[in-house]
Amino acid sequence: MDLNDLYRDVIVDHNKSPRNFGDLTDADHSAQGFNPLCGDELTVYLNIKDDQITDVRFKGQGCAISIASASLMTEKLKGLSVEDTRQLFGKVHSMLTADAPDIPVDEMGKLAALQGVRAYPSRVKCASLCWHTVIAALDKRATPVSTE
Amino acid sequence: MSSTATEIAASEHSEAPDFGRLRADFPTLNQRVNGHPLCYLDNAATTQKPESVISAVANYYRKNNANVHRGVHTLSERATADYEGAREKLRQFIGAESTREIVFTRGTTEAINLVAQAYLRPLVSSGDEVLITGLEHHSNIVPWQMVCEQTGASLKVAALDENGEVRLDEFHRLLSDKTRFVAVSHVSNALGTVNPVGEMIEAAKTRGVPILLDGAQALPHMHVDVRDLDCDFYALSSHKMFGPTGIGALYGKASLLEAMPPYQGGGDMISMVSFEETRYNDLPYKFEAGTPNIAGAIGLGAAIDYLNAIGMTQILNHEKAMVAAALDGLSTIPGLRLIGRPRERAGAISFVIDGIHPHDIGTIVDADGVAIRTGHHCAMPVMQHFGLPATARASFAFYNNEADIERLLRALEHCRNVFA
Repeated sequence: MDLNDLYRDVIVDHNKSPRNFGDLTDADHSAQGFNPLCGDELTVYLNIKDDQITDVRFKGQGCAISIASASLMTEKLKGLSVEDTRQLFGKVHSMLTADAPDIPVDEMGKLAALQGVRAYPSRVKCASLCWHTVIAALDKRATPVSTE
Repeated sequence: MSSTATEIAASEHSEAPDFGRLRADFPTLNQRVNGHPLCYLDNAATTQKPESVISAVANYYRKNNANVHRGVHTLSERATADYEGAREKLRQFIGAESTREIVFTRGTTEAINLVAQAYLRPLVSSGDEVLITGLEHHSNIVPWQMVCEQTGASLKVAALDENGEVRLDEFHRLLSDKTRFVAVSHVSNALGTVNPVGEMIEAAKTRGVPILLDGAQALPHMHVDVRDLDCDFYALSSHKMFGPTGIGALYGKASLLEAMPPYQGGGDMISMVSFEETRYNDLPYKFEAGTPNIAGAIGLGAAIDYLNAIGMTQILNHEKAMVAAALDGLSTIPGLRLIGRPRERAGAISFVIDGIHPHDIGTIVDADGVAIRTGHHCAMPVMQHFGLPATARASFAFYNNEADIERLLRALEHCRNVFA
């Protein structure tokens, strides 16, 4: 286990300066997510037009992994179709949890920086919380998502 | 008993024991984690076990495995003698008058639930109040909330001050004619605060209100005498005091335990059963339905032997100096803020570092072989009091030393570098 593989520069940077952070007042989709184990909480906001994500923002508090993951996710999702978002969630989930995942590096882009999380099972929930939350927003689920 | 502890027991009483040598009695401490010698500072979560405890458990399964209080055969008599011997050791250790007052449970949580359901629930109704403090572990909150929900009674909470101490003015104000029960932690698992339990017990006594102490975090650090304290109930866990998991005990004054109905029904807790009538067994067996954790109790007995060989006063003094040194060291880390500054502290130190989430601290120091706890420590109301989702917590036992403190400080510097 190499700590530098977990806290890569891009993760430290996105934790320090999260992108797309804050309210999206006219959001047509939103959902809340909690990680009771460490107290992380996120709200994800989406605007969707013609089945395409036109805007996405998030707010909340959490560890570096959860904040950086959410920040990287928002950068990636803008312009993506709803269906592509759901498929990407599956690939991210596999990257975070599978024993020997086949990571489509080109498609993942900066999200691939999160692959180091796989070696730290207790941190997988931190990285995946934002993704579970965005899927809940797409599904228009009213009850907050919990990782427990 | 381990050879080191025995030697120390034989040689000391004039000078302080060599705590450095005691470390060798704990096999788990002698390993490398992530390439570094293990620095174990998560003792408030659970303590490591000395070889003598591990051997006592193994010895029961290897040589004496039989059910207790049943057979007339030799193994059953050996198992019963060892199991009841452990009860006697615990009685002496906490100063109870009789082994009738020592009920083995799965741990502190079950002991508190036993009191909540078997003692309090039949006694209270709407308009009655249960008083706890803002310092409690969830296990000393939720069982009382459940009784309140079942009976219509209300839960009152004496708030904390900014130092993480219970506000005694609030405690006295909330202790009223309506109060039917008081439950407080002896020592806080989240902040290390030692409650002024003497004053709290006296206040409850004055009003004739029974009081329970959650002693899970006190027994590994200090001498406890339930008769000196004059509390009505005292709950404890073996695994927090160097014994096995899955075993603990409830001390209760015999007069109170006698008046209580059983908690669970089954074997061992009866003296006679027919389909028309069942007569319950005497104390403490009335509260020990089913085959108990025999190996666990025997292991707890071995842990008590081990602690007695060192001496709880010696442990208290050693840890006081160590915790003071740790507080001094932590105060030199830039951006580190101590959460809770109680006047009296045992075992645990909670802290946060500006700009670094506790969860990240936990992962980074683990990479350096340092084990601490991060999160809400099963005390979410304490976290809410300080407006925090989580803290990092280093918690000490007698086998820790100055080198562990150095390791922690260096690992925290490492955290700051990762996020610099």
